[in-house]
Amino acid sequence: MNLTLKIWRQAGPKAKGEMVTYPVTDISEDMSFLEMLDVLNEQLNARGEEPIAFDSDCREGICGMCGLMISGKAHGPEVTTTCQLHMRSFSDGDEITIEPWRADAFPVIKDLVVDRSSFDRIIQAGGFISANTGSAPEAHSVPVPKPKADRSFMAAACIGCGACVAACPNASGMLFMGAKITHLGELPQGQPERDARVVSMVSQHDHEGFGGCTNVGACSAACPKEIPLDVINQLNKDLRGALMRGE
Amino acid sequence: MKLLMALSGALFVFYVLVHMYGNLKIFGGVEAFDEYALHLRTILMPILPFGGFLWIFRALLVVALAAHAYSAFYLWSRARGARTTRYVAKQAAQATIRSRMMRWGGVALLLFLVWHLLQFTILKINVGPDAAGDSAGKLVISSFQVWWVVLIYVLALAALGMHLWHGVWSASQTLGWTNSAKSRRTAKATATVIALVTAVGFALPPLAILFGIVKGN
Amino acid sequence: MTDTQTASTVAPEAPAPTREAAPGVVHGLYTEGEPIVDTKAPKGPIEARWNKRKFDAALVNPANRRKLTVIIVGTGLAGGAAAATLGEAGYNVKSFCYQDSPRRAHSIAAQGGINAAKNYKEDGDSTFRLFYDTVKGGDYRSRESNVYRLAEVSANIIDQCVAQGVPFAREYGGLLDNRSFGGVQVSRTFYARGQTGQQLLIGAYQALERQVAAGTVEMFSRHEMLEVVVVDGKARGIIARDLVTGEIETHLADAVVLASGGYGNVFFLSTNAMGSNVTATWRAHRKGAHFANPCYTQIHPTCIPVAGEHQSKLTLMSESLRNDGRIWVPKNAADCEKDPREIPEEDRDYYLERIYPSFGNLVPRDIASRQAKNVCDEGRGVGPKVGDFRRGVYLDFTDALKRMSAEAVAEKYGNLLDMYQRITGENPYEVPMRIYPAVHYTMGGLWVDYDLQSSIPGLFVAGEANFSDHGANRLGASALMQGLADGYFVLPNTIRDYLAKGPFPKLEESNEAVVEARASVDARVQKLLSINGDRSVDSFHKELGNIMWEYCGMERSEEGLLKAIDLIRGLRDEFWRNVKVLGSADTLNQSLEKAGRVADFLELGELMCIDALHRRESCGGHFRAESQTEDGEALRHDDEYAYVAAWEWGGQDGTPVLHKEDLVYEFVEMKQRSYK
Ligand SMILES: Cc1cc2nc3c(=O)[nH]c(=O)nc-3n(C[C@H](O)[C@H](O)[C@H](O)COP(=O)(O)OP(=O)(O)OC[C@H]3O[C@@H](n4cnc5c(N)ncnc54)[C@H](O)[C@@H]3O)c2cc1C
Ligand code: HEM
Ligand code: HEM
Ligand code: SF4
Ligand code: F3S
Ligand code: FES
Repeated sequence: MNLTLKIWRQAGPKAKGEMVTYPVTDISEDMSFLEMLDVLNEQLNARGEEPIAFDSDCREGICGMCGLMISGKAHGPEVTTTCQLHMRSFSDGDEITIEPWRADAFPVIKDLVVDRSSFDRIIQAGGFISANTGSAPEAHSVPVPKPKADRSFMAAACIGCGACVAACPNASGMLFMGAKITHLGELPQGQPERDARVVSMVSQHDHEGFGGCTNVGACSAACPKEIPLDVINQLNKDLRGALMRGE
Repeated sequence: MKLLMALSGALFVFYVLVHMYGNLKIFGGVEAFDEYALHLRTILMPILPFGGFLWIFRALLVVALAAHAYSAFYLWSRARGARTTRYVAKQAAQATIRSRMMRWGGVALLLFLVWHLLQFTILKINVGPDAAGDSAGKLVISSFQVWWVVLIYVLALAALGMHLWHGVWSASQTLGWTNSAKSRRTAKATATVIALVTAVGFALPPLAILFGIVKGN
Repeated sequence: MTDTQTASTVAPEAPAPTREAAPGVVHGLYTEGEPIVDTKAPKGPIEARWNKRKFDAALVNPANRRKLTVIIVGTGLAGGAAAATLGEAGYNVKSFCYQDSPRRAHSIAAQGGINAAKNYKEDGDSTFRLFYDTVKGGDYRSRESNVYRLAEVSANIIDQCVAQGVPFAREYGGLLDNRSFGGVQVSRTFYARGQTGQQLLIGAYQALERQVAAGTVEMFSRHEMLEVVVVDGKARGIIARDLVTGEIETHLADAVVLASGGYGNVFFLSTNAMGSNVTATWRAHRKGAHFANPCYTQIHPTCIPVAGEHQSKLTLMSESLRNDGRIWVPKNAADCEKDPREIPEEDRDYYLERIYPSFGNLVPRDIASRQAKNVCDEGRGVGPKVGDFRRGVYLDFTDALKRMSAEAVAEKYGNLLDMYQRITGENPYEVPMRIYPAVHYTMGGLWVDYDLQSSIPGLFVAGEANFSDHGANRLGASALMQGLADGYFVLPNTIRDYLAKGPFPKLEESNEAVVEARASVDARVQKLLSINGDRSVDSFHKELGNIMWEYCGMERSEEGLLKAIDLIRGLRDEFWRNVKVLGSADTLNQSLEKAGRVADFLELGELMCIDALHRRESCGGHFRAESQTEDGEALRHDDEYAYVAAWEWGGQDGTPVLHKEDLVYEFVEMKQRSYK
């Protein structure tokens, strides 16, 4: 199939960017979206134009490295990551706009590549369980009820891709943060630090310049791992509890 | 911030429901309505002076309104600050429309409130054909015989309905009441019910008056 | 001998290499050096060795730890766990990864599970059995002491991960669940649905970020290590490029740890991440670290087959699918184009169940892979033709769906089946899936002693980057185990013995060796940008991949390998004359990153072929056409090849030098493997 791509080009973090139009031809349905961009990049390279920079690593939908705003949708029209999006989701003649994640907490580095280290700093603020190596008790000493284990696992599936922030009209990172709060908060091991964790993560989140959540729900709709909105609720609940307990 | 918004919002919801209940009394005739207006002023009468409860409640509402509007604008400006470069491809997703509606709906409600207060409490502007005197009931009936007044109200109520539909659900989410699939469904349903009931409930008197079902005498 | 990737794109007129036999040079390709006699493993009863080593290793006074700097390249299970643990202990750690966040290291992609000898199922498992199975699974080409240690610490890994909040699968009673995994008859594999690697890595990542917050670990993401700094014979730092600003940075330390993962991407198509590379270890190799068993690669049997020309990578589906799926091809080549649902039961050949009745579909990976290749070579493959053959076999869940209900199947394998559907557009609940082997893991890597120290003092290597405890083949669910064993438990205990000798004399950036290392990196970057030829980096990478898969893949022959070496040399030569890398050195430049990686793969590829050539036996996943039994099974030669082949860099124009480390088996008897 043949497509018209409108792609954001920006030479560097401080450079001014613009949309550039590129036609591509003979795209096969079985290609992934990123393979389609690989083809374009080979052509650009052959023409002596610098290839388009975009992030990807595993190309299996698990590392969270990839992520593009495709015609206004984070990761494109399907509920999956950009690398797992295939061209069979498009039709011949389509015009596709491709933009980087837009959020001031995710500054653009080049073209479609953004800096998501703000997520790492949110985790540094408390997204962990303090268990020094070698100090762990026997794994079976603390059973975890299956429903709690399952809910924890569901939330732990977050890959940190940032699509939630990209899709949220407020550029809020609540879904990402809620997922971590729920993952650790459902487990007995996560209890001792529960209050401190939520307070300090939320404060880091606000400090990074993410927007506040107004419960729009676009985040969850865009999330490739289908993290449900109730993790945000869990976060709010934990936060209220922690504040009331005077954290 | 969000907590403030949710709490003030919840207070509004409570007020709006009471207020609506009161308004519906117009169907019981002007006396019933005036009685209600009086009743508002005489609750806890032995303890508080005439209109005391109403004044406390008014003060609360004003504070809540200020808090609510303040947090709304704060969140709004933070959201703007969080994405200073906009997307080129505008997302047609429902979600954005709804969030815009919350904001503009809120602003519309604010404007409406100004008009509404001017009309019924502060200036008692009477744009209608009949003299109202001291009777709130008559004032109401007289006003709603004018089509454009009704139109303003209907539009405002539509805005209110939408605002509440999302708002009530959103508040329960913010307060952390919805972390199971079941409670989430309940919250959604409650939001829908409250939104519908208030919008329809409020809309009944003006429409009824306009179409002459309730007549002042 | 043709395979998935056809050789059609391979340039036919690659220049013939010069092969004048110098004295002592075998095949004109390599020389043999001194054998390695001491690996520093303690002697005595195997159960006591690791404790003895831990006890004997010198201690570092807590007050001194802050003064010692350790550089760790890689934030996968091995590097992430090591950085967190050394940070907790109070050392001054600098951690590097090329991704934007340490959480994205390729360990995250592991699906199936992690082994541990917990014996929670009371099914006869024990440390010794895990040790035994791993040695046998590795086709008797691994070290007993190391493997035993691995089995021993495996149980601690699970405890550690659970304490960190890794959400392993649990049973209704709230206790941990286990499953059995390819080639093993006990249930000792811990898992988190199809995301075991992700959950383990997030655990290590969180522990790492906790240390970043505590100030003991300094994180350098989007940094690529391009050179090791060796001063007075000791590893003292690295040269790295900041991938965002392009700046070439010097980082100095008391010791350097490489945990940079595997080099499967030398095949272009593999299940590895796009950025997986050999650069970190290859640069160290060129500075004197021996590279062991480079030709040992693992070909994983259950990957999604190649669909077309532009494919950029292959996707693995956990082999746990083999627990409930049945593998078959049509009995008659004529049926291969038919809709599989219309092929009657009696015309299907469940070849693994037929040939290996006791293990059936659960035979080890090497066997499952080779048999898939065999049936396809016979013309009984299914799916689209790639070159002359169809490259695919059916993995059929029809029976499982009848036995277990669709919900039960979805609960166990849902995410894998969904992934298959997303990639291929076919619904596996209705049509049998198609699978084919793909390169997946590299058992080879930098040679290390029992302490995980390479042949350069002060340079330690952990995880897939070292030559692994797995031998010639790896049992499923054991790489995660090795990564975490190395990172949490082994390295932190052995590196202290080295660090106790420090802090080493302070180095200045103006030191001659440091300046030289840095200049060489600069020069290389400039060279790559200045060639400005006509071929893209990817086109070279693809061509190299084709050569490697064709001649150094599942089946190898002397003739093929010699040819491959010629082709690679020609290709390398062309690369340095004709590659086209646009852009500049002082911004993010992904073509430049790739070019550097491919340049190193072009050197590694040759060494892999030389290693494969010299090992004239079929062992592990590596079938040498010249070494097979009458019925076509692999034939090992323990008398000649029971050794680790550690290669020393022979200089830019020299030949590599082979050092043999004999493998002695005291506790397990060497046998030809039989899974019949
Ligand atoms: C698809 C797939 C599925 C798998 N499934 C299983 C399984 O079920 N069970 C199992 O036991 N094993 C499995 N494995 C194998 C296992 O995942 C890996 O062997 C293991 O995770 C490797 O861990 P590592 O820490 O050594 O390296 P990696 O996790 O690969 O990490 C490498 C790190 O090094 C960094 N790095 C690399 N080069 C440089 C450089 N030049 N400069 C700076 N940083 C660099 C990277 O950024 C990264 O942080 C699987 C592997 C794959 C590919
Ligand atoms: C001054 C005018 C008003 C403005 C600017 C305004 C604006 C907003 C905004 C921006 C929100 C946040 C949306 C979200 O959280 O998703 C909100 C929430 C809400 N509003 Fe208003 N609003 C106004 C008046 C009202 C009135 C009059 C009522 C009730 C009658 C009301 C009830 C609510 C409720 C219940 C919520 C939900 C609180 C929450 O989200 O936690 N608002 N409003
Ligand atoms: C059909 C619709 C409505 C009618 C007929 C109506 C009627 C009235 C009347 C008669 C009063 C004066 C009461 C008194 O002074 O005793 C009043 C006050 C008020 N109304 Fe309404 N109203 C309507 C809708 C609304 C809506 C939708 C809102 C808010 C969102 C609202 C908010 C208020 C407020 C805040 C006051 C002031 C109360 C006070 O003085 O304490 N009204 N209304
Ligand atoms: S919550 Fe979903 S969208 Fe957000 S970072 Fe995690 S996986 Fe991505
Ligand atoms: S879209 Fe944004 S507003 Fe909240 S519910 Fe999701 S973070
Ligand atoms: S590249 Fe890893 S999730 Fe897309």
